[in-house]
Amino acid sequence: MARPVLSDRDLALKSIHLRKQTLEVIFNAGAGHTGGSLSCLDILNVLYNRILNVSPEKIPDPNRDRYVQSKGHSVEALYAVLADRGFFPESELKTICHYKSHFVGHPTRHIPGIEMNTGALGHGLPICIGMALASKMDSALYRVFTLLGDGELAEGSNWEAAMSAAHYKLDNLTAIIDHNTLQISGRTRDVMSNEPIDEKFRAFGWAVKTVNGHNFAELTDALSKPAEIGKPTCVIANTVKGKGVSFMEDVAKWHHGVPSDAELKQALSELDLAETKLKEVA
Amino acid sequence: MSAPAPSMYSPAAKAMAEKLGLKMGRANLDEFAATLMELAKANPSIVAVTSDSRGSGKLGPFAQALPKQLVEVGIAEQNLVGITAGLAACGKKSFGVSPACFLTARSLEQIKNDVCYSDVPATLIGISSGVSYGALGSTHHSLYDLAVLRAIHNISIVVPADNFETREVIRLAAKSKKPIYIRFGKAAMFNLHKAEDKFEIGKAIPLRDGNDVAFIASGETVVHALLAAGQLAERGLNCRVISMHTVKPLDTDAVLKAGRECRAVVTVEEHSVHGGFGEACASVLMQAGVTVPFRIAGIPDEDTVTGAQADIFRHYGISMEGLSATALKLLK
Repeated sequence: MARPVLSDRDLALKSIHLRKQTLEVIFNAGAGHTGGSLSCLDILNVLYNRILNVSPEKIPDPNRDRYVQSKGHSVEALYAVLADRGFFPESELKTICHYKSHFVGHPTRHIPGIEMNTGALGHGLPICIGMALASKMDSALYRVFTLLGDGELAEGSNWEAAMSAAHYKLDNLTAIIDHNTLQISGRTRDVMSNEPIDEKFRAFGWAVKTVNGHNFAELTDALSKPAEIGKPTCVIANTVKGKGVSFMEDVAKWHHGVPSDAELKQALSELDLAETKLKEVA
Repeated sequence: MSAPAPSMYSPAAKAMAEKLGLKMGRANLDEFAATLMELAKANPSIVAVTSDSRGSGKLGPFAQALPKQLVEVGIAEQNLVGITAGLAACGKKSFGVSPACFLTARSLEQIKNDVCYSDVPATLIGISSGVSYGALGSTHHSLYDLAVLRAIHNISIVVPADNFETREVIRLAAKSKKPIYIRFGKAAMFNLHKAEDKFEIGKAIPLRDGNDVAFIASGETVVHALLAAGQLAERGLNCRVISMHTVKPLDTDAVLKAGRECRAVVTVEEHSVHGGFGEACASVLMQAGVTVPFRIAGIPDEDTVTGAQADIFRHYGISMEGLSATALKLLK
C-alpha cells in the first residue's frame, strides 16, 4: 500500500510528537543526548518520511537505501522516528538503556532498521563509502546517507573518507552535517575551529548545499537527489541544539543533559502549546 | 653488492629439515595472493581493499586482472577498515589488506566497532606481521595484535604456519559470514603438512606426537618447533608439536591434553610474551588446574633488537637451537 504523502504541516506536527517522545525516552532512560537529538530530529523526519526508500518490509531488500547515523549519540531521536515508521512498537521505547534491553544508548543492528553499530565518532562516513562503492559495483540504484555532528568533523577519519568519496565520484552518497555549532565542551569554534565547513568539503571535491535544518522544504530539496553528477553531496544543515524547548535551545549543557521531572513537564507543555498553535493555523 | 639476507635456519637446522623431509614452499603472502585471485575470479563479490599496499600485499596481478574487485584507499588505514566493513554490510565478501602493524593499531577502533561489533562478514589480512619487517624497527612490527584482538569480542584470529594453512584459511574466510583476522609474513615457508591433514578454524593440527615436551606453536614459529623436536629426538626425547593456527577461538582441548600428557609445555609465537597466544594457553591450563612446567617463547617486553626477522628470531630463542634449549631447561 502506498504511504500517504505528508505535507510540510504534517511533518511539523510529527516533529512535535517525535520531540515529545524523544524527551520522554531520555527521561525514562535516565540518560541520553537531548540537545543533539532535538537538533537532528527534523532531518531524520524528512529522511524517513520523504527520502529513504526503506520500510519495515524492505529490511531484507538489497536495493533499499542505507542510512548510517555517524553521530550515534543522538540515537533517541532515531529510535523515535523508527518506531513512528513501524520498525518496532512504540511501547518498546520505554525499555531504552534498561537492564537487558536491546535498545542500547547508541545505534546497534539488533534494532530493526538500523544498518550499523555506531557511537564512536568519525566512523559513519568511511562505512558509507564502502556501501556506496558496493552500490556502484552492483549497478544498483540505492543511495547512501550519513549524518555527522559538526563537532565530529574534528575526527581525522572523516577527511580520509571525504577524499576517497570524491576520488570514487560517489554521487550516490550524501553526508549531512548537523551544524548546531555546539559540542559537549561548548561552542564548536572555541573547541576546535572547523569553519568554513562548506569550503573544506568543496576543496575535497564534494558538491555542497547549505540549508535550514529545521525547514522541511529546504531539507527535502537538498536530499531528494544528488547535487551534482559525479560528486558526493554534502548537506550542511544549520540547526539549533535543543530545538523546540526554550530553555534547551543553544545551550551546551543539554548535550547530554537529562531533564528533571519539572523540566520534562515544562518542555512537554511548550511542545503542546506549539502543537495547538500549529493546528490553529490550519 | 648488498649484504645477503641472514638465513632463518642454521646449517644444523637446514640439515634437520632435510632429515625430516621438509620441502620449502613459497611465502604465505604469495600463497594468500594467489589463492585470493583464484577465488575472486570465480566469485565477483570478493573485493580486496588496499591502503597503497597492493605491492606489499602481492596484489599487483589481482589489480591487473580484476580491477573492478579492488578498492584502493590510499594511505588511510582507518578508512580502509571502515570501507571494508561497509562493503561487507552491502553483500560484498571484502578483504581489507594492509600491513599488520598499521591495520591493527591505527584502525583498532574501526575493527572493534565497524567490523566486530557490527558483525559484518569482513576479513582483515595483516601482511608482514610480527617482525617480518625486521630492521625497519618497531613502527613496523606487530607484536601486540593478537593481544588486542583476543580481547575484542566476535573475531576469529588465525596465524597460518605454512602455505597449506594459508590457502585453507583464505578459502574458509571467503565463505565465512563472520569477522576474521589473518596475519602472516613474507618469508618463504617450509611445507609442514601431510596430504591427509585437515584444516578447520579453531582446531589445532598435530604435527608430531610425543609426551616429553609439547611445543604448541603458532604461525611462522611452528617450523622451528618441529625442527627442535627433531633435534631433541636425537637425544631420546619424544616431543609433541602442535600447529595452533587459530589463536581465537583457541583449541582448549589440544592445550589441556598437552598439559596433562606431557612433562613440559613450551608455547611459541611471533608476538610479545604479554597477552598473546602463550598467555592464552597458560590461562586455559591454570583455570583447569593443570600444572606443568611451562614457558612462553616469544618477544620479551623490551626494545626489540635490531636485525632481520631471522636475527630477531634467533636472538630471542625462536630457532631450533633456542627452543631445544628452552625445552631441556624445563625438563631439568
